[in-house]
Amino acid sequence: MKYLKFLFVGVFFGIVLSKAEVISWYRIYEMFKLQSFHMYGVIGSAVVIGMVIMYLFKKEKLKTYTGELILVDPKKKGFARNMFGGIIFGLGWALGGACPGPMFILVGKGVTAILVVLFGATLGTFLYHAVKHKLPH
Amino acid sequence: MDFILQPWPWYVAGPLIALSMFLMFYFGKKFGVSSNLETLCSIAGAGKLVDFFKFDWRKNKWNLAFVFGLIIGGFIANQWLTPDQSIALNPKTVENLAEIGFENAGATYLPDEIFSMDALFSVKGFLILIGAGVLVGFGSRYAGGCTSGHGIVGLSMMATESYIAVAGFFIGGLIMTWLILPYLF
Repeated sequence: MKYLKFLFVGVFFGIVLSKAEVISWYRIYEMFKLQSFHMYGVIGSAVVIGMVIMYLFKKEKLKTYTGELILVDPKKKGFARNMFGGIIFGLGWALGGACPGPMFILVGKGVTAILVVLFGATLGTFLYHAVKHKLPH
Repeated sequence: MDFILQPWPWYVAGPLIALSMFLMFYFGKKFGVSSNLETLCSIAGAGKLVDFFKFDWRKNKWNLAFVFGLIIGGFIANQWLTPDQSIALNPKTVENLAEIGFENAGATYLPDEIFSMDALFSVKGFLILIGAGVLVGFGSRYAGGCTSGHGIVGLSMMATESYIAVAGFFIGGLIMTWLILPYLF
């Protein structure tokens, strides 16, 4: 039962990304073709409001529901990991038209073929950790 | 009620995404989808082959509940909230897609050329689907986050690492869309 609240946030987030068409392969293609403002508006407005939220976390104006401070983990340092990892991710994002969130949402939409993409993503995760000691970070 | 059934504009979706992020932190956790892929590996027994996956996946049940919610959300939106499945694309986009062999672009959420059963059961189609997944999984864990962890949380924190990662997302995405996709189809 203590996980129910996370399930509800997931349902909400899933509906938002569905209704905003973020889960559409076409919207991702259109974004990378620089032919629509839609995706930039979605991400941009989320980030602008996210900045305000992060500021309020830092200033301790917003706390968890139990009153604890919210500390956001810093990102892992390193140019190579972020740049190369990012490029590899971007290649897959534009090919499959789905990042990890939408992959799960499309399962719920009843798209059989996305199960193969999701399996591939799990396999890719496994492969990264199998070879990571040989990669620059 | 009608506005819920219409496609949601960016200025509605963006703030609601920020709200989703806020709620995960408010409930004492984090906002990031791709780490669940590591949890799935661990559940599948990948710890037998790669030590990294020998963690206790039960500690990530909260995030599995979140992705299970994503699946339910996708079902609800599709079943009851999306009477019109078409995507109002830029006519130029539809034209560009027709040039590389995509018919009726925007008539549904996803192109048949990639996601239909015919595509799934063809060698090329299967390789495209699994290849896209492998790239996303490998890249997101290499970078330490995907569109949610780096794109939303990281950019909101103004973390330099996330600006580099998102620049990478776009470099990769532009290369795929402009230079590779035209030759794949």
